[in-house]
Amino acid sequence: MSARPALRHRLAERGVDRQLLLLLPAALFVVTLFIYPFLYGVGLSFQPTRGGMLGAYREFFTDAYLRDTILTTLRLSLPAALLNVLASVPIAYRMRGRFRGKRLVTTLLVVPITLGTVLTAQGLLNFLGPTGWFNRTLLSAGLVDAPVRLTNNFWGVFFSLVITGFPFAFLLVLSYLSGIDPSLERAAATLGAGRWQRFRRITLPLLAPGLATTFCLTFVLAFSVFPSAVLVGDPSGTTRVMSIAAYDAAYVRYDYPLASAVAVLMGLVELLVIAAVLGWRALLYTGTTAGGKG
Amino acid sequence: MAARRSIVATPAAWLVWGAVVAFFVFLAGVISSVVVSSFGTRWFDTWLPLGWTTSWYAQAWDEFTLLPVLIVTLEVSALVVGISVLIGVPAAYVLARRAFPGRRLLYLLFLLPILMPPITYGIPLATVLYKYGFAGNLSGVVLANLVPSVPFVILTMTPFIEQIDPAVERAARMCGAGTRQVFLRILAPLLVPGILAASILVLVRTVGMFELTFLTAGPDSQTLVVALYYSMSAAGIRAQQSIDAMAVIYTAMMLVLLVLALRFVNPTQLVARVRDEGD
Repeated sequence: MSARPALRHRLAERGVDRQLLLLLPAALFVVTLFIYPFLYGVGLSFQPTRGGMLGAYREFFTDAYLRDTILTTLRLSLPAALLNVLASVPIAYRMRGRFRGKRLVTTLLVVPITLGTVLTAQGLLNFLGPTGWFNRTLLSAGLVDAPVRLTNNFWGVFFSLVITGFPFAFLLVLSYLSGIDPSLERAAATLGAGRWQRFRRITLPLLAPGLATTFCLTFVLAFSVFPSAVLVGDPSGTTRVMSIAAYDAAYVRYDYPLASAVAVLMGLVELLVIAAVLGWRALLYTGTTAGGKG
Repeated sequence: MAARRSIVATPAAWLVWGAVVAFFVFLAGVISSVVVSSFGTRWFDTWLPLGWTTSWYAQAWDEFTLLPVLIVTLEVSALVVGISVLIGVPAAYVLARRAFPGRRLLYLLFLLPILMPPITYGIPLATVLYKYGFAGNLSGVVLANLVPSVPFVILTMTPFIEQIDPAVERAARMCGAGTRQVFLRILAPLLVPGILAASILVLVRTVGMFELTFLTAGPDSQTLVVALYYSMSAAGIRAQQSIDAMAVIYTAMMLVLLVLALRFVNPTQLVARVRDEGD
C-alpha cells in the first residue's frame, strides 16, 4: 500500500502525472491513424504477390518507368524549392522595413496559397496555353514566331509549383528576416561595411538556418506534387513523379504491395533530402538573432 | 515631408520590384483568365470571348450537383475543425507547459504527419480504412483529413498557450479550481483568438486538401477540390468553361475564408511564432 504513493511521487518529480492524460487522445490518434497505417504499408510492401520479400522493391528498381520517377520528382522539386527560397531572399530583404502597402502586399501574396492546385492548373492551362494571353502577347510583340509550349510539360508543373510555393517561402523568409535585429547591421555600417558586405557577413549568416528550414518546408510541398503533375504536366512522360507512380500502382494496377513500396521509397527520398539540409543547417550558427547590449 | 527618402531607386531595387510586379502580373493573368473564361460564351482564338453569359454557373450548379458537393465540403471541414481542436488543444497545452520524459519524441511524432507527403501515408491509410469499412464515405474522409490537422492544431496552438502567464492558472488553482475548471473558465476564454486562428487555418487546409480526400472519398463524399479534379481530368466530357465556373466558385469560397482568416491572424506573425516554438 505504501509503495503506490511513493511511485506516484517519484513519477511526479520527473514530470509524469495525471495531467499527461490530456495528451492521450492526440497520441492515440496519431498512432492509430498515422503510425499504424504507415507500418501496415511498410509490412505490405514486403509481401508482394511474387518475387519474395523484396520483390516489390526489386520491381521498382528494375523497371525504368518506375525507377526514373525518383529523378523526375527531384528534378522538379529541387529547382522549384531552390528558386522559391532564393528569389524570396532579395525581395524579403527589401521589404523587411516598414512601408506603405506592406500589409496589402503580404495579403496579396497569401492569395495563391488558397488557390489550390486545381485552380492554378486550370489557370495555367488558360493563361499559358497556345492561345492564351501570354503567348498572344509574345506573338503580337513579335518576340516569337510560334506559340511557346509551356503547358502539358515540365514547365507547366514548374510554374504551378512556383505560384503555390513562392508566397509560402516568401512569408517564412520575411518573418525570419524581421526577427533579425536591424541594429546589428547599423553597427556594421558604423564600422564601415558596405551594403553587400553587411548582407554577406551579417544578415546572411543569421538568416541561413531559417533559409534551410524554409527550403525543407517548400521542398516538402513541391515533392508531394500530384494534381498539377497530372493536370498541367505530362503524367506519362516528363512529369511522371513518384506520387503518380504510387497512385498508378494502387488504383490502376491494384498492386498494393508495389504502391506501398513506392510510398515508402518516396518518404525515404524526401527524408534523405531533409536530413541532408538539416545536417548542413546544424553546422551553422543557431542562436539569438537579437542584438545584445552587453 | 522632409523625411521622405529619395524617389530614385537603385538598379537592384528596380530588379526586385520588377520581379514582384512580374509575379503579380503572372498571377493576375492566371486567375483572371479563369474568371473571364467562366463568363464567356465561346473563346478560342481571340483576346476575349465572343460574348458574355452566366449560364456556365447555372450549368455547373445543375450538372455537377454542386449543392451536395458544397454541403459535403462544409460537413467535412466542420467535423475536422471541431475534432482536431478538441483533440489538439489539450495536447498542445501539455506540450507547452510541461517537461516530461519523451517530450521531444512526441513532438517529432506530431511533426511527422505534417512533414510527410500526404500520398505516402495516404495510400496505406486508405487501405487500412477500406479494410475496416471506413473509407468511401464521410467518416473515412474526416478521419483521413484529421491526420495532418490534429498535429497542425497542436503546432499552432503551443505558442499561443505559451503566451499565457502560468500565474493566472496557479491563481485559479489556489482558489480551488480543478483542471477541468481551469480549462473551461480560465484557458478557454483566453485562448479563443488562438483557437479561432488555428480553426480557420485548418479549415483552409481541409477545403484545399486534395490527396487525402481523393484517396478516401466515395462517390457521394467528394469535396469540392476532388469533384473539380475529376471533372478536369475527364476532359472533353464537360465544357471547359463549366469547369472554370466551378473553379471560380471554389476560389471565391477560399477567398472568403482567407479574408476571415486575415482578420484574426497576421500571417508573418504566426509563422514567426511557430518558428520560435520550433527552435
